[in-house]
Amino acid sequence: METLEFRYPARDPVGRRAHVGVVGSGDLEVLLEPSGDGEARVRIRTTVDGYGQVWRNVLDRLFSRYHGAAAIEVNDFGATPGMVLLRLEQAIEESAP
Amino acid sequence: MSAPVTEPRPLARESFIELTARERVRAVLDAGRFRELLSPFDRLHSPWLERQGVVPQEDDGVVLARGRIDGEPAVVAAVESAFQGGSIGEVAGTKIACALELVARDHARGVPTRPVLLLETGGVRLQEANLGLAVIAEIHAAIVALRPRVPVVGVVAGMVGCFGGMSLAAALCSHLVMTRQARLGMNGPEVIEQEAGLDELDASDRRLVWSLVGGEQRHATGLADALVEDDVAAVAAAVRAAFRSGRPARHRTEQVELFLDRLAAIDPAGPPEPAALRQAWGNEEGA
Amino acid sequence: MSGSSSSASRGATWLAALTGADGAVQGGPASVRVVDAPLGDERARFLAVVPDPGSRFPRARSGEVGLAEAWALARHVREAIAADADGARRPLVAIVDVTSQAYGRCEELLGIHLACAAAVDAYATARLSGHPVVALLVGSAMSGAFLAHGYQANRIVALDDPGVLVHAMGKSSAARVTRRSVAEVEALGEKILPMAYDVRAFARLGLVDELVGGVNADAPIGDDAARVRRSLVAAVASARSGARHLGCRLTSAAARETRAASIEVRRRLVEQWSGA
Repeated sequence: METLEFRYPARDPVGRRAHVGVVGSGDLEVLLEPSGDGEARVRIRTTVDGYGQVWRNVLDRLFSRYHGAAAIEVNDFGATPGMVLLRLEQAIEESAP
Repeated sequence: MSAPVTEPRPLARESFIELTARERVRAVLDAGRFRELLSPFDRLHSPWLERQGVVPQEDDGVVLARGRIDGEPAVVAAVESAFQGGSIGEVAGTKIACALELVARDHARGVPTRPVLLLETGGVRLQEANLGLAVIAEIHAAIVALRPRVPVVGVVAGMVGCFGGMSLAAALCSHLVMTRQARLGMNGPEVIEQEAGLDELDASDRRLVWSLVGGEQRHATGLADALVEDDVAAVAAAVRAAFRSGRPARHRTEQVELFLDRLAAIDPAGPPEPAALRQAWGNEEGA
Repeated sequence: MSGSSSSASRGATWLAALTGADGAVQGGPASVRVVDAPLGDERARFLAVVPDPGSRFPRARSGEVGLAEAWALARHVREAIAADADGARRPLVAIVDVTSQAYGRCEELLGIHLACAAAVDAYATARLSGHPVVALLVGSAMSGAFLAHGYQANRIVALDDPGVLVHAMGKSSAARVTRRSVAEVEALGEKILPMAYDVRAFARLGLVDELVGGVNADAPIGDDAARVRRSLVAAVASARSGARHLGCRLTSAAARETRAASIEVRRRLVEQWSGA
């Protein structure tokens, strides 16, 4: 198990908190809340070690078009990058003001 | 659609089994009544998993929500089988036990809260061994204490089934609802095969396993009260029907003489086939 | 492990040591021994599950709780509840030395989950009816067998002995299931408290009311039985003066430390229960 943290600049307010997914095979749980400042923070717990760069790529891609000041917590159980992106987008959609 | 439908088809069914625990809870409660307790944002996850290198889930695999059932106050607890096989750890089990205790407190205060358990669980979470066992004992204690006040309704819908110490919790319920896909047994088939050998039970023989511990067999032998289709509306209706029928005159676990007599009539050297047991214990309704 | 050299199980040994010859209650399988015997200044019902190589259920011949055992426990406990309904509730002492529940095809078909639940129900009902229920751990207290025989007690007393083992799964099974060696399983218990097998670790979870040291757990000698009897009398008195639910398991100093999560879950749930 590995814990990773990322930060991105942000400017848009987050409407409300959102929760999607489960910590089950090939899936992940995402908790998204307003960060309370002008920054987006992502904290990841993952069963699979050594994929920091892959996580960074997924998040770079996401935060190139999403600018919410969100505190995001991810509990990952071996999801593919595609699945990760899908869950993050679901959480963002649910959290829209 | 141009061509007429030629054969009669059931109205569109929505699978209950395929729902997540949170969706299952919503499906059982009256529409629009759902207030989650100890939600993932309370972050009461297991304190034992991370130090063993296992990623926790923020609700520890039990979804708890208050709402209404047939207009009456209710609480529903559902085990999420996708997380650690629906296993019961310290936090998960305490959520269920304490909720049942609070239902009893509600009743003492004149609030007729209805308790529902959606059980999809392999039993004790091995990473929390003795605490999993301890909280399951607390769940048992809470069900026995609550049953005289209000029926405790259990549902085993399927995918994982209900095993280990939690199978005792299911057996303690006042009413037990199952689907054909569900299984209910104390020891999982794999454990029996491992402990007693392939001759005792071939765990890969699905037909055999279901013939022993499947929902249809459990219902036909009187060890479950209702057999329903894997359908959201059917499960919700069965739960409501269970509360309408009230508390049973005697719970199954109180019928000690009956089951001792039944056991005395069994020859363990040549135990009955599942079909013969239906005849002997019988709830055979030809369904 | 100790005890393998003696033919009698620890459960049988301690039942005999604590009760003497009189007062055996008839009417069960040979694997369930029940004795009504003096304890302090009253009579208590002692119940033990013991190996029966001649059991008609082959999967329950070595001290497991099988179908016959679980239903018989339920019957003997309920018999005491019924007999005492209008008078003093006698203490029930579950002498715990159970290796596991019975694993078998016939057991599942015939509903061993229901049988064990019936034993749970009987013990819990006795406790709720005012019977002081005390579990005395003298050997293995494993998994579903412990749930059915002992875990519903108001008080848990245990011999402080390396042969007293508590767990959700036997060591060799746990090793097979988790693909570890037995040594690795044991090592894990040293790191993760609820994973440990030994009774001292179990006590640190706040689940033991008294650890009784200084007795010969395999073969009680001299003052040993009297020593344990004194602890049982104290546990009975404590149970009578306490609540009929299991809340006391969370109040000890040990529980406040190791079961902080349980306590926090309960605190927050009470807080949220009646909210908007």
